[in-house]
Formats: sequence, structure tokens, C-alpha cells
Amino acid sequence: MSSAENRVLIVGEIADGRLHPTVRQLIGAAQRVSDDALNITLCLLADADFDASTLGGLAVGDVLLLENPEASGDADGGVYALSTDLVSEAVSKSDPSVILVAQTDCGSVVSARIAARWGAGLASGCIDLALNPASGRVAVTRPVHGGSAMAVYEFAGEGLQVVSIRPGAFEPATDVGDAPSIERIDLSDVKPSANSPVLIETVMEESEGIPLEQADVVVAGGRGLGGPEPFDDLRELCGLLSAALGASRAACDAGWIDHSHQVGLTGKSISPNTYITVGISGASQHMAGCSSARNIVAIDKDPQANIFTHARFGVVGDWANVLPAFTAAVAELD
Amino acid sequence: MLKIAVCAKQVPDTDIPPSQFKVDETALRVIPPAGVPPIVNGFDMNAVEAALRLRDAGVDVEITIFSVGTGFALDVMKKPLAIGADRLVLVDDEASESLDALGTARVLAAAIERDGGADLVLAGRQASDWDQAHVPIMLSELMSAPLVTLVRALSIGEDGESFDVERVAEGGFQRIKCPKPAVMTVTNELGEARYANLRGIMAASRKRPETTTIAELAQDDFTGSETLPMTRLFVPVAESHVEIIEGEDDADAGRLLALRLREAKLI
Repeated sequence: MSSAENRVLIVGEIADGRLHPTVRQLIGAAQRVSDDALNITLCLLADADFDASTLGGLAVGDVLLLENPEASGDADGGVYALSTDLVSEAVSKSDPSVILVAQTDCGSVVSARIAARWGAGLASGCIDLALNPASGRVAVTRPVHGGSAMAVYEFAGEGLQVVSIRPGAFEPATDVGDAPSIERIDLSDVKPSANSPVLIETVMEESEGIPLEQADVVVAGGRGLGGPEPFDDLRELCGLLSAALGASRAACDAGWIDHSHQVGLTGKSISPNTYITVGISGASQHMAGCSSARNIVAIDKDPQANIFTHARFGVVGDWANVLPAFTAAVAELD
Repeated sequence: MLKIAVCAKQVPDTDIPPSQFKVDETALRVIPPAGVPPIVNGFDMNAVEAALRLRDAGVDVEITIFSVGTGFALDVMKKPLAIGADRLVLVDDEASESLDALGTARVLAAAIERDGGADLVLAGRQASDWDQAHVPIMLSELMSAPLVTLVRALSIGEDGESFDVERVAEGGFQRIKCPKPAVMTVTNELGEARYANLRGIMAASRKRPETTTIAELAQDDFTGSETLPMTRLFVPVAESHVEIIEGEDDADAGRLLALRLREAKLI
């Protein structure tokens, strides 16, 4: 089997009437396993009022707009049963050998449901994809054990291959000149199942300070701080640096600071220019959330702490002595 | 009575320093550091805690722990019993080593089914070993039961027939009403599992797990593991390039760090 025969179906999301940023990343990933754009189909979970003319010259053969009036409501509640039903229709229609999904809230659920429904193999959170030219099957690389190790898997047999990619891990594909053919598929007769969970309300929680994901500088504290009070010292430093406040999972689980500040594998993924950590040892689970930080600065008393392996600058010492002097010196900078 | 099944997995301790994390690149296995016992996956313990809080709220519950694996450390797997779970069902089978997520979900579904089903299946949001988060979602699909992921609070609705759920969502949370039976994944935001007291530990030590095998459960085969075999496992090498700032004392080092960061235009 040659790579050209791999038919890829990308499951794309629409957020606020626009393509989700992961869609072009998914196309970039698809190009690793199929060199012919004509073999790449993009299906989009869309409202009927989605403006398809905004799609431009996506580097795919065709686009299937899976239209269902309740599709956008399905995104609420993390249920995605209806989305799965709609994507299942696209699978039947396009008969792919590979399904690519982004590991978002929606994609995580839909990919696992689709794999279970179609009895397919599933690889999730992949950061690299390749095609084994001999077998024609897809090989994936994904971090495991909280990022402590990397594992490579290759799909065996001949069945459907479902892959979810880690958002941000693949370069977005460049658009081409020609617009893909667009087909609207009316799936309004697909109804949410009677026993679906019902969303009562979505409550947005005002997080204090600057949002972690947008901050150029992040200051974070961990288990080494020993209690909630030192986070006030970090807040003061954040104020001086216009920085966002982060924390390790250990500090959040201990109740020292709200979970909305958690950085890590199961918290927020951040990519500031400068990430200053205080009393954080740098467990793999934490590093998974800050591996895109360009410069890590660590203050910790343990010279063997893993954080120093990743840091560009560091001070080995007791934060209770280092931090006040650091903050005072920062306050005096122009 | 509300029957609750909690799926729990035995995993390597996540608290070991990354420098001690070793893999056997030939056997494609993680080498557990000597003398460090495994743990029950932390998120699964959050799920046990969610079940116990329903009991605290006055709901008549039976909490059964289901685990698929082999080489179980019994004192570890009894931890949920020590804090209040009622029963422990172990599918102890060497063949579980080669099960993929779908295979594991099929085995769990069969084990829960044979136990008379469940009104609520709880599991951690993901396991800390392979970080996949597949099994509970697949279980909901196999059981045709509604699914709520990332649960941070759970109670019985006023009608007594449904669950009131809070789930973590981007930038906040969502309140959801979910009919039963249901499958839910629990996140650490729910709160850490309570500590076991001596009485609980004693009671758990007297309980015997109900043990079964994949073959005993198999109505059909649970194959699927061959869909995605691992071909390589390795620990990425991180080279340290850290510049350690030293001063006369800790405070001086802190002051010099600020100056160095400004010089490097990082702050």
C-alpha cells in the first residue's frame, strides 16, 4: 500500500463561527501520512448558519459540513454523544483508513467513542506521526507516564486507525490556492439520545489577575512553599512583573491556591517567555504544562531538583530568603 | 440502593523523582524503582472519594472497586476499602498486559455486568501511567450509558432518579443533570481522597478480594490489543544548561538573579 492510498478524515471543530486553530494543525499532521491533498477530507461540526466562504484555500480535497441544529449545544456539557453520531455519519460516507482528531475537550471524547463504536485502534495525544512505507500503517509518538517517557506505537492489521494529536504539537498547514469542494450534509434527523445528560448552566469563574495562557511572564509556586501564605508574596511579585500566577498540582490539591492556577499535564499548558518557579521540583507532570515556556527560572533548595535540568537560570537556596531579596531587587529595576 | 462501580488501576508511584524513572527499552516496560510500591491511580482515588461523599450525604450506596491487571499489590489495592468502599473485584490475568484500552473497557463492562450492573460507574479522568483517558469513555459507549467527564462535584438530584453534576470546563464549570445509569470521570479538583483510619485499615485487611480472570468473563474474545502495539519506549534525554546564580548568601543570590534576568531581558 502506498501513502497515496491512505484516506484521511479530519474531524474539525468550529468555535465562535470560526475554524478552531487545531484544524490547520490537523491538516499539517495529515500531510505526514498522505501526500495527496485529494485524499484528505475535513468534516466540520457546523451550524446551518456557518459561513463556509470563510474556509479559504484549506489544503484538503473536500470539506463535509455536518449540519445539525443542535450540534453546537452538544459541545456544552462535555457529552459529545451527538457529535459522535454526526462524525460516525462522516466515517460511513468517506470510508477513511485514518481519522485525525485534536485532543481537545471535544476531540478526546469523540475519538474514544468513535474508536469504541467502530472497533478501531486509538492513539491519543500524539506529538509525531509517520507512515511506515512498508506496511502503509501509521506510527505515532506520544508522551507517557506524565512525560517521563516517550512511546512509539504502530497500528497493526488493516482496521481503522484513530489518532488524536496534542494541540500545538504540529505546525499548521499552509493554505493552497484552490478552495476545496464543500458539501453540506443535512443531519438534522440525527437526534440527541433520550438519556443524554442535560446542561443546566455554564458558570465562568473570574480568575484573579492576568490569564495564564496569555501572560508573557508567569510566576508559579509549588509544594516547597509549605502553605498558602507565601502565595501572597508571589502575588506581589506578579504585580511588579505584570505576570500571571501559576501553581503546581501539589499546591492546588493541598488547597493553598485555586485549581484555576494549576500548570501541568492536567492543568493549564502555558508558553510564556519567562517562567519563574519557586519551590517547584519539576515533576514530569508539571513540566508537561510548561515545556513551551522559552526561559525557565528556578528557585529551589534542592540542587538535584528536576526543574534545574530545564531551567536557564536558577538559584539553589531557601525561597524564604531568596524571594524577598529578589522581589525587592525587581522593584528597584527601572 | 445505589450501586456504584469504581474502576481503579494499579500504577507506578508518580512521586518518584524523574531521575529514578527507568524503562527497559527491549521489553518495552517501565522498571519500577526498587522498594517503591505501586499506588492506586490518584484520579481513581478521587473517584472513590466522590462515591464516599454520596454516602456521607445520606445516600444508600454500595461501592465496588473493579480493577483489571496482574501482579496486584493487595495492600495497595485495598486502600479504597480502607477508606470505606465495600467490595473489591480484581480481574487478575496476565493476559491483561496485552489488552489495549478498548479491550480493558470490554473486560470491565463484562465484570460490572456479571456483578449485576451498576447505577453509576466512576473512574479517574485518566491513568497516570499511559495518560490515555480512553477506558471510561469507551465503557460509556459499550454500556450505552450517558457520560460526564471531569466531574468535580456530584450529588443525587431532587427527583432521586438523576445526578446533579459539576464538571470542570474551560474558564469555569458546568452544572449538568445526568440520568442513571451513567459513566463519569472524576478530576482532582473534586478533592483528595480521605485518609484511612485504623478501624478502616483493620476492616479492609479482613476483606478478601473477589478474583476472576478474563477467560472466566469472556463471552466473546477481548482482542483488540493487537491494533496498536508499542514498538519503542524511551526516556528523552534532557541536557541541563542552567546558569546557577550564586551570592554571598541566599538573599544576595536573589538580588543578583533579578539583575541577571534584567540583563538577559527576561523581566
